[in-house]
Amino acid sequence: MVRLVGIAAGLLFCVVLLWAAVTPRDAVVPDPVKIYHLHPREVKLQQDGPFGTFDRAQLQRGFQVYKEVCSACHALSLISFRNLKALGFSDAEIDAIAAQYEVPSIDPSTGEPATRPGIPTDRFPSPFPNEIAARAANNNAYPPDLSLMVKARHDGQNYVYSLLTGYGKEPPKGFSVPDGLNYNPYFHSLNIAMAQPLVDDQVTYADGTPATVEQMAKDVATFLRWTAEPELEQRRRIGVGAIIYLLILSGLAYLAYRRVWAGVKH
Amino acid sequence: MSFPWAQHYEPKAPLMRWIDSRLPLPRLVYNAVGAGYPVPRNINIWYNFGVLAGVALMVQIITGVILAMHYSAHVTTAFLSVEHIMRNVNYGWLLRYLHMNGASFFFIVVYIHIFRGLYYGSYKAPREVVWMLGVVILLLMMATAFMGYVLPWGQMSFWGAQVITSLFSAIPLVGEPIRVWLVGGFAPDNATITRFFSLHFLLPFVILGVVILKIWALHIPGSTNPTGIDVKGPQDTLPFHPYFTAKDFFGLCIYLLIFAAVVFFAPNAMGHPDNYIMANNLSTPAHIVPEWYFWPFYAILRAFTIDFLFIPAKLWGVIAMFASILLLFFLPWLDTSRVRSTSYRPMYRIWFWVLVLDIIVLAWCGGAPAEEPYVRISQIATMYYFAHFLIILPIVSAIEKPLPLPNSIAESVFRTKGADLPGAVPAGAAQPAE
Repeated sequence: MVRLVGIAAGLLFCVVLLWAAVTPRDAVVPDPVKIYHLHPREVKLQQDGPFGTFDRAQLQRGFQVYKEVCSACHALSLISFRNLKALGFSDAEIDAIAAQYEVPSIDPSTGEPATRPGIPTDRFPSPFPNEIAARAANNNAYPPDLSLMVKARHDGQNYVYSLLTGYGKEPPKGFSVPDGLNYNPYFHSLNIAMAQPLVDDQVTYADGTPATVEQMAKDVATFLRWTAEPELEQRRRIGVGAIIYLLILSGLAYLAYRRVWAGVKH
Repeated sequence: MSFPWAQHYEPKAPLMRWIDSRLPLPRLVYNAVGAGYPVPRNINIWYNFGVLAGVALMVQIITGVILAMHYSAHVTTAFLSVEHIMRNVNYGWLLRYLHMNGASFFFIVVYIHIFRGLYYGSYKAPREVVWMLGVVILLLMMATAFMGYVLPWGQMSFWGAQVITSLFSAIPLVGEPIRVWLVGGFAPDNATITRFFSLHFLLPFVILGVVILKIWALHIPGSTNPTGIDVKGPQDTLPFHPYFTAKDFFGLCIYLLIFAAVVFFAPNAMGHPDNYIMANNLSTPAHIVPEWYFWPFYAILRAFTIDFLFIPAKLWGVIAMFASILLLFFLPWLDTSRVRSTSYRPMYRIWFWVLVLDIIVLAWCGGAPAEEPYVRISQIATMYYFAHFLIILPIVSAIEKPLPLPNSIAESVFRTKGADLPGAVPAGAAQPAE
């Protein structure tokens, strides 16, 4: 009985699927976005590979570009000033960086909304009070928070680098870029609201590194890799220890297994 | 409830004797996973995955309980509390990556365990209930994993919840009210996240309960083995401890090695980047895909693209998706072959490997966007999936001529290894009962 019902049900499913499979499909209009969209370009950075670590100078340069360029529109709301210690800044430097920002506060005597200079435990203040204000100031586009950007895109580190260096290409013939948008083949819809953010020598690096667009894009990609994965170095360090430990344990477990089973046919 | 030659628990330490005479818990453990459980001596590495699944479940429960101490189930804070765990909780990133990848590894282990059961006919009499409890565990795991994926309240969490709960709206007449009742509103919102959190915390313990029932049921006939023939005497078995504890521990070490490699060096490889974007009910992702372990079933769901017999395509897809798992309950009666092990079933062996390939193809289609050629491929693959279990398996079982089986497990072991001591067992392995 089970088998008869089963065969009947199986035949029914197969008939429905066969019908669906032979049903002609609507003609598909090729999507130009799919044709012209490019995968991110590969960029080699010190933190790549299973044992890679961040270049502290590069992190600091990336932070400088964020502070002087990106932060005009993009929030970094998951990062506190105190986290910057991982970039190699001293406590005094972090105090000074935090104090450059005004953060929302409450006037202790009147209870009215006020601001005060930042302290290390504050998060980075966002450039806009809310999404509506951000859109109003940016031609109805919403500049995304950058804290997790590298993890929130496929191949995120290469994506950030490619997007920042992907401006200035001619749109293909017949592909029109709407007013107020910019052509960038690494962006998912090819038309990005953000105008080219980086030009050569936009910032002046304290360590004398020439601030080319290429260099700044690499530095920002590194910095945003850190904001997305601040645990990266610790994770790899513990990971190496865990793997070594487990390799030794596996070896011992194998020897124990061989010993227990010695002379036992199986 | 074991073979008559099973070793009996005799507590040596006075404390254990004291406990055992008042609460026979040491005896229970001894008979369940100790020297009191005789196991066919010839089981191979694929029989390791049941133990590994138990370990994977415990890893999920332990990391999950700690994560729940730091997680906040509210639409405004869920995403941020996960990032709080990742950044501010001591080793929170480790706990969360263990839990997140632990779910994937749990499914990898369980899928291998299921395929092992399919290959060696572990579902056949007298182990039907063991198998059916396993299917119950699979269903509970899927529900738990789905609800757990919603909790971080990222884009895929939200839209996955939207898509999966909307499946219930395909039920005629009462579908939409049921969906609203399950979700707690017209779309996933705070009511959804709180109930999913509650159930996500509860269900693993339900799974644990069913696991205990499953082990209980398993210990009545004992484990199967690669030959598929019954245990006939003490020469066929070895005590679980120390033989299989030693063997499984080595397997566990290798499993943990692979698990650690992923957790520490590629923790996001099996995730979707969109889930690092906070849920936004106004912005639909380009391709909504579930976690990889649901891809074969997602492909089956989407393979039904036409209305047929007055049943809309969506309802066909939902019926087929649930049927694809529920039919496993009937497997012991769909396969009528008396031979358990596929190694001795030349015809079925081919179909078995076609099924493995077919499910890989389904997974590939389920992860791809719903466009050609993936839809047609998944339609053909879904056809095979149902035909395999519902049509091919009963027919093959009826017409197949199996290969000759060995007379006993011991004979198969000693003949292939060229040993000269048939019937011999190592010291301590088979002390006579009583």
